[in-house]
Amino acid sequence: MTRLDNAGPSPAAGVSDGLDAHLVLDRGAFRLDVRLTVAPGEVLALLGPNGAGKTTSLRTLAGLTPLTDGHLRLDGRTLEEPALRRRVPTEDRPVGVIFQDYLLFPHLTALDNVAFGPRCHGVPKADARARAAELLARMGLTDHAGVKPRRLSGGQAQRVALARALATGPRLLLLDEPLAALDARARLDVRAELRRHLAAFEAVAVLVTHDPLDAMVLADRLVVIEHGRVVQEGTPAEIARRPRTDYIARLVGLNLYQGEADGHAVTLGHGVTVTTTERLTGPAFVAFPPSAVTLSPDRPDSSARNAWRAAITGLESHGDQIRVALTGLADGMPLTADLTAVSVAELGLHEGAQVWATVKAAQTHAYPA
Amino acid sequence: MTGSSRPSAAAGLPEFPDARPRRRLAGGRGGAPLPLLLPALIALVFLLLPLLALLIRAPWRSLPSQLTSSAVWQALRLSLQTATTATVVSLLFGVPLAWLLARTTFPGRKLVRALVTLPLVLPPVVGGVALLLALGRNGVVGRWLDSAFGITLPFTTSGVVVAETFVAMPFLVITVEGTLRAADARYEEAAATLGASRFTAFRRVTLPMIAPGVAAGAVLAWARALGEFGATITFAGSFPGRTQTMPLAVYLALQDDPAAAIALSLVLLAVSVAVLAGLRERWTAAA
Repeated sequence: MTRLDNAGPSPAAGVSDGLDAHLVLDRGAFRLDVRLTVAPGEVLALLGPNGAGKTTSLRTLAGLTPLTDGHLRLDGRTLEEPALRRRVPTEDRPVGVIFQDYLLFPHLTALDNVAFGPRCHGVPKADARARAAELLARMGLTDHAGVKPRRLSGGQAQRVALARALATGPRLLLLDEPLAALDARARLDVRAELRRHLAAFEAVAVLVTHDPLDAMVLADRLVVIEHGRVVQEGTPAEIARRPRTDYIARLVGLNLYQGEADGHAVTLGHGVTVTTTERLTGPAFVAFPPSAVTLSPDRPDSSARNAWRAAITGLESHGDQIRVALTGLADGMPLTADLTAVSVAELGLHEGAQVWATVKAAQTHAYPA
Repeated sequence: MTGSSRPSAAAGLPEFPDARPRRRLAGGRGGAPLPLLLPALIALVFLLLPLLALLIRAPWRSLPSQLTSSAVWQALRLSLQTATTATVVSLLFGVPLAWLLARTTFPGRKLVRALVTLPLVLPPVVGGVALLLALGRNGVVGRWLDSAFGITLPFTTSGVVVAETFVAMPFLVITVEGTLRAADARYEEAAATLGASRFTAFRRVTLPMIAPGVAAGAVLAWARALGEFGATITFAGSFPGRTQTMPLAVYLALQDDPAAAIALSLVLLAVSVAVLAGLRERWTAAA
């Protein structure tokens, strides 16, 4: 930061820079109640299943859906606070939005799409177009400046949408499923590129996604939303290592159980006891990857302490492995295991077959609930 | 597609040369069944016969002299002027009304929508009477217009425009409203996030996107205004050069000079066909 910035005129600068939001929205059956604090330069991903309230959160941040309670402050300025009857309309908020299907204006060229925002902010036409041309050049789209959106590829349209959103110099950049409209190949390139642009963005960025990989690659911090509430928050590494809900565990590909810890043993709700390397007391989670599970036709020797008798409920190929879904016979505990195709063939596994499942204590991970 | 034989029924159709094969009466799976084909042919003949009669009975030999008479051109010019003015007025007020109906919610919106469409089904003569009661010299508003501003609408060229607008505007409103409903309102949200006020979003995003629908509505309204008879003769009378539009001229000519009436009708028919051709192009371009 330069000295000039520190001597900035805003008395609130420094303390309340960035986004401070408590989004509350009552819509009869659905209630959204989400707190978000994001520092300038930080990229936050809202991750959650369909219908969790991710897109609704984004819409309230943009001012497209009014809050019913809570507050929304950006860089110390209150954009919305229903209790005070305060609400800045969308067009007066310093936000930029990249919509899931981009919503590029079909009748305008790429250049005029990008120049649209500055024009609305009173920038003279020539200046607005110059700024747009510069932004498109930064996105490597100079050759496509005169092209209408329908003639752009998905990746190009995404970059135009990004340029358009950045053209007004937003203090809050919102991205709704930024990669969902792309095919698998374009996704890879665009993700890397978007990551670069987001890293260079100096204000607050919030992106919504249901894809954990997108979230982990693009964001500095994740907020997981389920049923309109925040269920977990942390860095991608923390969340991947210590999931706290079944949804997150499934996303990051872990078996997750909740129970009561006492030393090295965690007693699960199903009555099963899992031995772990960590020492804990009180409510705890136990997580382990499907690859840590071994299946055998007979009861294994005693060195493996965590062994259950389980029935196979499903088989499905998962990369070069076969993912086996099981249900504990005694307790109905769900479990997934990854096996090679060879093992599946050798064990003669099929749906309905009964096997012994073993998990080594060294491969489990227990943490306080 | 072109290789398959066209059903004989379609052969007689005065289809435009660019009609696509998919518009054929019968699909690839044999011909149309008789219970459908027969009424269809009767309908076709019924619709085309009068037009055909007009062409057959047209006084082709005296036509040049008929058409060069100044009365014809006077009526045609007045018709084109008033219909165009009525269309412009309909656009200026009807497009905002369509936006209001399509994009906002207010109590009684459905009722307003029904009332807007009322002139579509109202007999035009009744419309003319209603206009007289509202805007006539002793009308509800007309009396006040007369005393305060000295404006008199009945039996003037402006009165013709008023009558035509009253009948034609609903066509525009309904067409534009339908186009607006079909247009994705999220583009307006995208414009708002870029700093556009609702009006700017409408002017710079919505309007260009619905332009084909507005054009179609305007053409419909213009054609309706051009053919307006009942409301015009009731509200504005039939004064040559001032309020006597083509349809009125045709009707009056029929009393004492049928040949002139046919000639005038042919001119209107030609204008209508030209409009229809233009409309088709618009529609296919928009599709």
